[in-house]
Amino acid sequence: MSEVSARNVTKRYGELRALDNVSLDFPDGSFFALLGPSGSGKTTLLRSIAGFVEPEEGEILIDGVDVAHIPAHKRDIGMVFQNYALFPHMNVFDNIAFGLSVRGVSKADTRKRVGDLLDLVQLSGLDERKPKQLSGGQQQRVALARALVTDPKVLLLDEPLGALDKRLRQEMQIELKQIQRAVGITAIFVTHDQEEALTLSDQIAIINDGKLVQIGEPNEIYENPRTRFAASFLGDANFMEGSVDGDRVTVENLGALATSSPLAGARATLAVRPEKMQLTALDAAVSEGNRVEGTVTQRVFSGTSVTYIVETAAGPMRTFQQNAGDRMFDADEKVAITWSPNHTVVVED
Amino acid sequence: MRVETRRRWAITGLTGPAYLWLTVTIFLPLSAMLYFSFQMKGPFGKHTSEFTLKHYDAFFTKDYLQALTWRSLEMGFHTTALCLIIGFPAAYILAKRIKGRWREALFLLVVLPFWSNALVRIFSWTIVLRPDGFLDRAVHLVLPGVPPIDLTDSYAAIIIGLTHSYLPYMILTCYLSLQAIDDSLIEAARSMGARAHTIFWRIILPLSIPGLAAGTVLIFVPVIGSFFEPKLLGGTQGAMIGTVIEEQFTVVSNWPLGGALSFILLAIILLILGVSSPFLRQHMKSS
Repeated sequence: MSEVSARNVTKRYGELRALDNVSLDFPDGSFFALLGPSGSGKTTLLRSIAGFVEPEEGEILIDGVDVAHIPAHKRDIGMVFQNYALFPHMNVFDNIAFGLSVRGVSKADTRKRVGDLLDLVQLSGLDERKPKQLSGGQQQRVALARALVTDPKVLLLDEPLGALDKRLRQEMQIELKQIQRAVGITAIFVTHDQEEALTLSDQIAIINDGKLVQIGEPNEIYENPRTRFAASFLGDANFMEGSVDGDRVTVENLGALATSSPLAGARATLAVRPEKMQLTALDAAVSEGNRVEGTVTQRVFSGTSVTYIVETAAGPMRTFQQNAGDRMFDADEKVAITWSPNHTVVVED
Repeated sequence: MRVETRRRWAITGLTGPAYLWLTVTIFLPLSAMLYFSFQMKGPFGKHTSEFTLKHYDAFFTKDYLQALTWRSLEMGFHTTALCLIIGFPAAYILAKRIKGRWREALFLLVVLPFWSNALVRIFSWTIVLRPDGFLDRAVHLVLPGVPPIDLTDSYAAIIIGLTHSYLPYMILTCYLSLQAIDDSLIEAARSMGARAHTIFWRIILPLSIPGLAAGTVLIFVPVIGSFFEPKLLGGTQGAMIGTVIEEQFTVVSNWPLGGALSFILLAIILLILGVSSPFLRQHMKSS
């Protein structure tokens, strides 16, 4: 078990700053997601920790030791690659045993340790198979076992589930988290999939354009996104811009909206999650909080929920309504959207 | 028509022309040659069919033919080994170290010998290797004291010329194998604690075997039978089984003996490939 820190890490590729003064602590035993769009620098950060990329500035610490001069093969890390990177000429056993054999571990110990890991990832009995003879999910497990076999300080995962289909991905998410807990290893994984980041991790760092946008626990970031980017990349959000007027924000054509977030400056952007908005008929009893009227332009039924696009005076808004058996609204129907000031978050642009 | 029958027709129709072509260009002439290798006389003048094994027998009774065959095998071995030693690292650098435009430029240099006439190439080497030739002058420019360098009519000259001619095969086949090795495999090995030489011996080399094997076969087989390179570069040292075979056809007009020696050489090559195939198959299958 180990903790990893990045201190003011900067990496340039020509003019482009892949990482721009990033500082981040990965606590001991945490499952940490680096979330961002492609080209955001999240993979560069992961590869800097692995030792495949050398940052120009700043330092990477593993257990408090600056690893700048420690080459990748001495950093004691385990890594799972996006395409698994299994050795095609070796069978499952030899793939998993590779890290042990380069360390000169005895045959008997190797056999025992590899056996334990095959049990852990539920692949016992497949030791003789070649990677080509395995399914995508099985290859993923071999890659995980291979990365864990040497009991590394940190487990790094580069889009570990990206190549699997949706159902398998959901299964593996749960299993991956169980294994990480059981082993108790500090794990850092890169993903562009917000759902994966929310389900798997204890902590999420959102990265965009080489900069750190926000760090926090999944629900914390989800409920209180700090910027417009964080709000829209992790989940969906409706945005409203207006001028600050005491403890309210006056949005053009919508009127004054209440928020429980502290307000500062002359203008503010409000973000509201679609599932936090309630849709009611125009003549329904007036509830507490913010209320906006509009016309339903689109209704998307998806079983557990219904998504409505409602055209308001300040543009279209998206709302999710649980399918609790209530009456559904039709297109062109006039409706009122209401939501609580507690769910009205002020975000930076 | 049933699907099965239609598929069979399609396969026949698609592969047929290729097999017909191979039959006409390779199988028929070879069969004719095989036939004449068992005849007393070649296909000239009045032909009387008369079966004999004496041309095959000659190989086993005349020591110099066996000695020359051995020498040809040695020549094949030395040339192939040199091509491996130079070609594999060159292919590695091309595939893994150089990117973009430089790679294209270097590739052009590798393939360039293919575009020049083989005879011109070999004659150029005689100019380079003779006394007071290019090599001699270059060496004396750097080390004035050394005795004059004369590689004319030497075994070394043959090997140099052949290596130069056949090196592109090794570079290209190895390049294809090395190119197919994903860089993430190398990174994975590093992340597991493997040093550079461990990665080379346990990952890169095993995965390059198909390319190394293809290059070896492409070079070894034609080099054993080569005749004009030994003749032009080796002079008096250039007697090989290939030159003997060539003379049977062009000088002494003993086609049956030439044919018989050709088939013995073919048998030796098939024997070598047969002996080494279990090893190759084991490695080919995996990658």
